[in-house]
Amino acid sequence: MSTTSMDHQHADHGHHHPPAGLKRWLYTTNHKDIGTLYLLFALTMFFIGGLMAMVIRAELFQPGLQLVQPEFFNQMTTVHGLIMVFGAVMPAFTGLANWLIPMMIGAPDMALPRMNNWSFWILPFAFAILLMSLFMEGGGPGFGWTFYAPLSTKYSGDSTALFVFSVHIMGISSIMGAINVIVTIFNLRAPGMNWMKMPLFVWTWLITAFLLIAVMPVLAGTVTMVLTDKYFGTSFFDAAGGGDPVLFQHIFWFFGHPEVYIMILPAFGIVSSIVPTFSRKPLFGYASMVYATSSIALLSFLVWAHHMFTTGMPVFAELFFMYCTMLIAVPTGVKVFNWVATMWRGAMTFEVPMMFAIAFIVLFTIGGLSGLMLAITPADFQYHDTYFVVAHFHYVLVTGAIFSIIAAAYYWLPKWTGHMYDERLGQWHFWCSLISVNLLFFPMHFVGLAGMPRRIPDYALQFADFNALISIGGFAFGLSQLLFVWVLVKCIKGGTPATDQVWEGAEGLEWQLSSPPPYHSFTTPPDVK
Amino acid sequence: MTVLNHQPLVRKLILITALMFGFGYALVPLYDVFCDLTGLNGKTSNMAASADKAITDMKRQVTIEFLAKPDPKMPWLFQPQTRQIQVHPGEIKLVYYEAKNPTQALMVAQAVPSVSPGQAALYFNKMECFCFQRQTLKAGEKLLMPLQFYVDPALPEQFSTITLSYTLYDVTQHSPVAQVAAVYPTGK
Amino acid sequence: MVKTMFSRCSLLTLLCVDSANAAEMPLNMTKGVTEISQQVYDLHMTIFYICCGIGLVVFGAMFWSIVHHRKAKGVQPAQFHESTKVELLWTAIPVVILVLMAIPATKTLIAMEDTTKSDVTILVTGSQWKWHYKYLEYPVEYYSLLATPKKQIQNKLAKNQNYLLEVDRPLVIPTGKKVRFLMTSDDVIHSWWVPAFAVKKDANPGFINEAWTQVNEPGTYRGQCAELCGKDHGFMPIVVVAKTPDDFNSWIQAEGDRLAKLKAAEQELLSLQMTMTEAMTLGEKVYLGHCAACHQPTGTGLPGVFPALKGSKMATLAEEKANHINIVLNGKAGTAMQAFGKQLSLQEIAAVISYERNAWDNNTGDLIQAAEIQAAKSGRKE
Repeated sequence: MSTTSMDHQHADHGHHHPPAGLKRWLYTTNHKDIGTLYLLFALTMFFIGGLMAMVIRAELFQPGLQLVQPEFFNQMTTVHGLIMVFGAVMPAFTGLANWLIPMMIGAPDMALPRMNNWSFWILPFAFAILLMSLFMEGGGPGFGWTFYAPLSTKYSGDSTALFVFSVHIMGISSIMGAINVIVTIFNLRAPGMNWMKMPLFVWTWLITAFLLIAVMPVLAGTVTMVLTDKYFGTSFFDAAGGGDPVLFQHIFWFFGHPEVYIMILPAFGIVSSIVPTFSRKPLFGYASMVYATSSIALLSFLVWAHHMFTTGMPVFAELFFMYCTMLIAVPTGVKVFNWVATMWRGAMTFEVPMMFAIAFIVLFTIGGLSGLMLAITPADFQYHDTYFVVAHFHYVLVTGAIFSIIAAAYYWLPKWTGHMYDERLGQWHFWCSLISVNLLFFPMHFVGLAGMPRRIPDYALQFADFNALISIGGFAFGLSQLLFVWVLVKCIKGGTPATDQVWEGAEGLEWQLSSPPPYHSFTTPPDVK
Repeated sequence: MTVLNHQPLVRKLILITALMFGFGYALVPLYDVFCDLTGLNGKTSNMAASADKAITDMKRQVTIEFLAKPDPKMPWLFQPQTRQIQVHPGEIKLVYYEAKNPTQALMVAQAVPSVSPGQAALYFNKMECFCFQRQTLKAGEKLLMPLQFYVDPALPEQFSTITLSYTLYDVTQHSPVAQVAAVYPTGK
Repeated sequence: MVKTMFSRCSLLTLLCVDSANAAEMPLNMTKGVTEISQQVYDLHMTIFYICCGIGLVVFGAMFWSIVHHRKAKGVQPAQFHESTKVELLWTAIPVVILVLMAIPATKTLIAMEDTTKSDVTILVTGSQWKWHYKYLEYPVEYYSLLATPKKQIQNKLAKNQNYLLEVDRPLVIPTGKKVRFLMTSDDVIHSWWVPAFAVKKDANPGFINEAWTQVNEPGTYRGQCAELCGKDHGFMPIVVVAKTPDDFNSWIQAEGDRLAKLKAAEQELLSLQMTMTEAMTLGEKVYLGHCAACHQPTGTGLPGVFPALKGSKMATLAEEKANHINIVLNGKAGTAMQAFGKQLSLQEIAAVISYERNAWDNNTGDLIQAAEIQAAKSGRKE
């Protein structure tokens, strides 16, 4: 990874060169290096989590138990979820934040560079612990990424302790990252970079960072309560001791719902950067995009119990959460309309980043609409804990968050590396991914409606054909991502030299820098018009 | 716009983080308070109610169902003496649950109540309940455990049946036996 | 693309091979057999159509734009980038649509949660990994376990039509009457779901939840547990048989009589003694059906999770025999070891413990009789 280092020496920064080899990466406080570390880590975790998904889909390819035992299957679904949420999506967005936010606001680096290094390096440690727990006697955690009590407290093995420890470390990493982002955006904007001039990616990350410091500590509390209920005699979630298992769900989802917005808001920012560029037209409704994002963030604190409609809440509570959840559709819809309005009467070209961004808008909207269906409480009684929910969240997370991350990679790779990626290969990657991902997740709506529950390793015969289709889609999607790795490796090694501007319609401070940018950029703040 | 002393902001953010961690824990008693106010999860109070709202409303009858669930790992025999009674709101009633310890050892149990529908829990006032404290039974001992209650006359119209279920848990390992007293007269 | 072709071919192959076994899968939610389930279905379709409408409009605009507003066509990009009027419009219109959706949703929810004035009440208790049904107005209660043979799950036998959706003792309810369900759990959170009734309610340990249904047509209705509850979460289905009130009454009378006779018979059996061969045969059958899932047919268990019985202190030492009986009867608190005292007959328990104490070279020579189990249960010394 020597492309971002020494090739562009400028007179105004006679700084030290970064050390070579392992030491550089271990001790770096440079936002570009740390961004790269996060992104590569996320890619690795994506494949590990993806491998677990392949195990799941292989077992579900046919009815009957062929490959794994139910206990191990539960461990696969659990760790797949934990890895994708905490190891792939969140670190990828943090990697993008690290790379882009300082450049976008004209800052030389993140505000707290040494804490930045720690934020990253504790992550591989955390996931090593989680993955090792799979090899313990008794196996790894098998209670779902949502780890409801008392399954996780009184009916689990000792891997729970490692799970708790691992989640604590991930939480600390996220909180430190969030603090860094907020301080950077508040304190390091170049003169003239007013709040309402900031790119939407910076806005969405700022709001995401506030969500993170609000709810990650609640997750830390939840996970600690599970630990003490299991090992230290507390009874938060144990009826025998005066506790309540449903209390767990309230506390968990108070974190859990804002968490899913944490996983999508940066995606909104990415799409809001890409669509205007390839439409050659400014983003429609910049101000309302900011307000809509803020409303979504605020509302996200009021809807948590829509994950709990079947727990036995009184009617007035169910109605409250139904109404609030439906309300979130309004600002989200506004954003979708604004993207379409940005495209409208533009002059579009369809390079790979734009393809992924358009796919995001269509498919994330589908995921959002199934979310609206789930919000309707009486109907939710038939959808809850079925594959309909699995379809919904994979649409918003895979064709939503993951597609936006891939789009971001294609979009900014030329800037980061100084080389254009291979457009033909990228198009192949796009089309293979698009078709396979829909083959994988769309039929899940139907099996869910037909009555197939979640988190089961075996199923009744009527679900067999669709599950076989879904599994094939899964294998195809997994294989397609190898194309992405090929594109990445090829681009990092070389390719058509990229200009500073890279994309004809691109706006923003990062496009004023060279491609690749200097190791230390904007050491003198730029002029912001 | 560039500010270079980050400490004040960092300190504020760390404070927010710490407060939110505390908030997570505060949700525990908050939940209890909310449940007490709204009867949200069918939990009844752990404290004896006073009789001041016990003004009988002869015009109305409510059916009270009694259920008993010994936790299956709990070998005690446990059942209500009556399965179902009709009461007037405000009328004070006394019913009994029978318990027997069939094992060879002294055991301590805790009964945990649950009321359905949840909101009715607000209106179910227990003046005396064996669930208020742990029950100790010697090997082979039987006990008749009282429950004295009345239904608040303010019970909303839509509730005509209230189901009260007790789950009995074995808490022998958690009880310093000397401190626990079975205060009720033993049955036969 | 190559990948689409491949998947199409595979699907075709699968359909040819599997069509003998695979039943038709409906693409949509069931309309069910109750008024509530029909209302839920209607609500679902209404929301679905609205979502389709929204999708059509939004994607329609997008694809129109993609086709017509492309640089390749030589168009000049417009530069407009805001319009308060338009923004207000596409904020207000969705709000109106949502309110229109919320009204029927509210009505249906209120109707669903009204459990008053029911005719029959059944206490439904979930546990790992089965359901227990107790009729509150009748002296009938029993466990309901998955009936699909393990060999079918292990692909050693062809799967039957109701694979994974069949039980040994279904729940029986009368048609035309309001049936109230009280849900609770003995261990972790489970969830009782019958799609045909649109009833899904969590079974929480230590608490009771309520739900109700009124089924109009006699028939057999199948559902599954809908909350991850451990390894056999996918193997604890629900089967409800709805009978006409007359048939239901005959059934419940007969059931009550049958259970009473079983209880009486058990008392009689107490005086009978099993031989070692009888005990080992019955014991092996019980062991394979109830214990081997965790402790393994070889008695070796799963290290760290399910203890071995082969060569264990508890199954081989004389002084541990009482402990052994106690743990099978009452389970072990804080672990997944269930209490079998209520699920198995005295004879079965006596047989399985004898089996465990003699199989796999444990060879204690212990032969336990039903009377000994009875004594342990009621606390009397034998």
